[in-house]
Amino acid sequence: MSRYNMHILVCGGTGCHSSQSDAIVWNLRDELEAKGLTDQVQVILTGCFGFCEKGPIVKVMPDNTFYVQVKPEDAQTIVEEHIIKGRKVTRLLYRDPETKDTVGDSKHMGFFKKQLRIVLRNCGFINPENIDEYIAREGYMALGKVISEMTPQQVIQEIKDSGQRGRGGAGFPTGLKWEIASKNKSDEKYVVCNADEGDPGAFMDRSVLEGDPHSVLEAMAICGYAIGAAHGLIYIRAEYPLAVHRLKVAIAQAREYGLLGKKIFGSDFSFDVDLRYGAGAFVCGEETALIHSMEGLRGEPTIKPPFPAESGFKGKPSNVNNVETLAAIPIIILKGANWYNKIGTEKSKGTKVFALAGKINNVGLIEVPMGTTLREIIFEIGGGIRDGKKFKAVQTGGPSGGCLTEKHLDTPIDFDNLVAAGSMMGSGGMIVMDEDNCMVSVAKFFLEFTVEESCGKCAPCRIGNKRLHELLNQITDGKGTMDDLNRLRNMSLVIKDSALCGLGQTSPNPVLSTLDNFMDEYVAHVKDKKCPAGKCKNLMEYYIIPENCVGCTACARVCPVNAISGQRKEVHQINPDVCIKCGACKEKCKFDAIIIR
Amino acid sequence: METIKLNIDNKEIEVEKGTTILKAARQMGIEIPTLCYLDLHDMNIENKPGGCRICVVEVEKRRNLAPACSTKCENGMVVKTHTTRVLNARRTVMEFILSDHPKDCLVCAKSGNCELQDMANRLGIREIPGQEYAEMSTYKPDTSPSIKRDLNKCIMCRRCETMCNDIQTVGALSAVNRGFMAAVAPAFEQNLEHSTCTYCGQCVAVCPTGALTEVDNTPDVLRALADPTKTVVVQTAPAVRAALGEAFGMEPGTLVTGKLVSALRALGFDYVFDTDFSADLTIMEEGTELLGRLTRHLNGDRTARIPILTSCCPGWVNFFEEYFPDLKDVPSTSKSPQQMFGAIAKTYFAEKIKVDRKDMVVVSIMPCLAKKYECQREEFSVDGNRDVDFSISTRELANFIKQANIDFKSLEDGEFDDPLGESTGAGVIFGATGGVIEAACRTAYELYTGKKLEKIDFNELRGLEGVRSATIDFDGLPLNIGIAHGLGNARKLLNEVREGKSQFHAIEVMACPGGCIGGGGQPLHHGKSEILKARAAAIYREDANKPIRKSHENPFITKLYEEFLGKPNSEKAHHLLHTSYFDKKKKIIVKQ
Repeated sequence: MSRYNMHILVCGGTGCHSSQSDAIVWNLRDELEAKGLTDQVQVILTGCFGFCEKGPIVKVMPDNTFYVQVKPEDAQTIVEEHIIKGRKVTRLLYRDPETKDTVGDSKHMGFFKKQLRIVLRNCGFINPENIDEYIAREGYMALGKVISEMTPQQVIQEIKDSGQRGRGGAGFPTGLKWEIASKNKSDEKYVVCNADEGDPGAFMDRSVLEGDPHSVLEAMAICGYAIGAAHGLIYIRAEYPLAVHRLKVAIAQAREYGLLGKKIFGSDFSFDVDLRYGAGAFVCGEETALIHSMEGLRGEPTIKPPFPAESGFKGKPSNVNNVETLAAIPIIILKGANWYNKIGTEKSKGTKVFALAGKINNVGLIEVPMGTTLREIIFEIGGGIRDGKKFKAVQTGGPSGGCLTEKHLDTPIDFDNLVAAGSMMGSGGMIVMDEDNCMVSVAKFFLEFTVEESCGKCAPCRIGNKRLHELLNQITDGKGTMDDLNRLRNMSLVIKDSALCGLGQTSPNPVLSTLDNFMDEYVAHVKDKKCPAGKCKNLMEYYIIPENCVGCTACARVCPVNAISGQRKEVHQINPDVCIKCGACKEKCKFDAIIIR
Repeated sequence: METIKLNIDNKEIEVEKGTTILKAARQMGIEIPTLCYLDLHDMNIENKPGGCRICVVEVEKRRNLAPACSTKCENGMVVKTHTTRVLNARRTVMEFILSDHPKDCLVCAKSGNCELQDMANRLGIREIPGQEYAEMSTYKPDTSPSIKRDLNKCIMCRRCETMCNDIQTVGALSAVNRGFMAAVAPAFEQNLEHSTCTYCGQCVAVCPTGALTEVDNTPDVLRALADPTKTVVVQTAPAVRAALGEAFGMEPGTLVTGKLVSALRALGFDYVFDTDFSADLTIMEEGTELLGRLTRHLNGDRTARIPILTSCCPGWVNFFEEYFPDLKDVPSTSKSPQQMFGAIAKTYFAEKIKVDRKDMVVVSIMPCLAKKYECQREEFSVDGNRDVDFSISTRELANFIKQANIDFKSLEDGEFDDPLGESTGAGVIFGATGGVIEAACRTAYELYTGKKLEKIDFNELRGLEGVRSATIDFDGLPLNIGIAHGLGNARKLLNEVREGKSQFHAIEVMACPGGCIGGGGQPLHHGKSEILKARAAAIYREDANKPIRKSHENPFITKLYEEFLGKPNSEKAHHLLHTSYFDKKKKIIVKQ
């Protein structure tokens, strides 16, 4: 990269890509060409920067200038002002939501300050479709190191010593998993990369694959060397076309360079990777279901044991690791277990990528050391709650995680602490809720997802979750009883205790954690027939305060179902039996006469 | 033998390595309830998807409850099968299952014979909380010529899927849809008629609920019996007499031939005949065909294809028409005994009693559901008048007898009518796997060698092994015989034939495990293979007690040839008793 003295990095992740970041790149290149700067300034389409809230992102190096919400037509200004005249384009700079000041250097942004990017080390930095850029960042050096300097046992020991635990959700020690797979003798073994990211709102794996696909390929080859496998399979959902494309490019380039294929680095070790496409079933993220899907069977889990390490793809020993787990492997090998195991908490080492979403200022993808508190993530990196509202809860672990509250904000995040608090790490979804969220509805929302995504194999998940959802509906409809709350808890506990796979065993978590932390809201729905957050339509009533009503008739005119009656210049009334609670009247009223009660 | 020591319900037990908690508990007399689990151990069939979660137990140091059916015992394991936690989970899960199951037990075909009903009762479920607002998963009903599907009653035990795919390799049924709407059905939720289904009925035989049942043809039979213009003739298959008693609480393996005849007569049938008679006729035709083909083959005639395959089983015929249409000239062209009976009854016998075939109704009592389809095949009717009008299963007959207020157990033994009621021991053993080929050997041996067969029992052809083979000495000619029961086993032999690797001269195939005694229309055995063994023993007992045990010695068969058919494989015999096969391979057409 040395012959250029400036680089313009444009985010090419799915989010920014959809907001025309391609056109930004073209326009920038056209501008540079017009100004004769193409041999001094290079424009690179990179992977995701993580700051999706304000995409498309354009970063100018070496001064770390971070432009947000850039439009293709801004290319001219950036080139003319910043590149040629050396003046930052202030209107495109990020503004701190609290101080409203512009931040010129991305290192000073709250969003990046507390992050430690290990897995995402190359995302937003290199062109993922150029293997040379990966190699320039020490890419494939770890693979070279293991093949030339280490025995498979040493590799496994290194990973074991690093203390890394699987990022797919359950947190099983990676080194131990490799060791078990390595000990099972077989003529064929498989390294499987689980890229079936299915949590709503989660895009950790997608970003890694889009931004740094070679890190995953390199890790798979390292794993293949360690466990004695020559085949690698990436199970990726077909709805990730950009990630699929970049993987295909990366695989082709790696093969061309001899980094995948026969006799890698002139050794006896051969390894190659193929893609397998998933149709987007959430349960196929469960490793046995994933393997069945790859085999062309129905994507549904089977009982473990046998674990895939014993009998996996085509009945052969298979090691299944998640994308994020794998992406950290090369750097662990290069920097050593003792570097990695100093990051994080006692039992959870390294960093974790989270997809921040919900009622938070900085929605996006972040990576922090294990042990960072929820407060740091939400209020420092995340920039706090939107519109100055009050924080109420955060759902971690995706749809089958749990809702944590104010009292958990200072808990250092790691696998065990989250479970102890009644939630889980999951794959790293984090959805923040504010005072306007009804927690019963939140539980219902997440459950709706698991009801949709259950494979239907075992009765507790297939029918139980449906019944839970129906009971929650009863409660939000104001038809619940106190006895129903007991039943809700019992059903949840039984589903958790008796379901076949991880999906069913965790699906009631949103119900249980909201019952634990927001019982008062449930009781309000059941006893007082009120929704404290004012979200449950059947529990609210639109009411006209007679003192405020001037009889302007605006509300009556806007009501789509003619529920409002009253003469001109007289107090109006809403007939609750007819009202459909659309809220049109409240919006129309200029006198604050209409309230929800 | 490596053993495992564990503790179940506070008792120590040592079991063979690999034993599941369920089986270990059973060894100790602890009956952990199961619903989806099905064990046909003699046939190496085990369905244990771990889906119903009724068999869950508590295993110390495990976070979740474990399904006993599919969790293997480990050293030092401490298992509790009836703690409060287990009982609560079992009950709650059962309430879930029942909440998505119709409550029409009063009018359900499986009522009284339903494993779900039994389990609800065993667990003492008396109400289903939340039922008033519980949505039910509903599906379109489907009726084929043989099998009725009511998926509203499917509990996803997957037994039918195991039978259809793993055992029969028919591949008609598999899980479809996801989550709450998941059920077992043909691909794309097609009707069974448009699937690869062979109507073997093994899915019906293992269905724990009323989701899969036979098409009930008793109303048709009743209507015929009530019609004074109709002469109603009934034939009853060999396997029926070895199983019907079970429906009346008799021990499995009780032979009820005489009572069966009396019951049929009491029901009002005008003539009570025996399919065993036409089984003897089948042997004459098929045996002659075999010898003819074999002789031509041995004489170097390349057009004479060997092996010859039996063709009495309609499920099997459907199977090779679907999966091996390229081999459709390999099986014997002889019709099945059911259809031979119909063809003779509506010609020879109708002429004898001077009844027009249109005024004669032939009913068959079969252990089989595919027979319902078979009798509806176009080629088995004359001007729209079927040779066999209706086929009802052993189960349907049992219900029919009960409806007619007949105390079956106390019936006197009756005798079949002449001339189509006389049979030999060879006809009887058609009901068990290996029986057809044994019967054929008894006759073919004597016809081929011209010598008297000294040892009538070919024990080497009997048994329950899925694929069996034996070499029979035909006075110096070693005849290689293959036997398969269960369509998956048949497929293995057929693949060999297709690849030209088959060493056999003749192969007997029965679609159902055990042969007709294990047919899809028999009283439900709920996976107990001891019942199948008892039925097989009964069949061979009946054979041993018969005065005549070779088909060609049946005097009424001889008479039939003398008076009507001429000789075996004559032109008339070909016209009436032989058939041809069709390419029925399903083609999936995806609409653009």
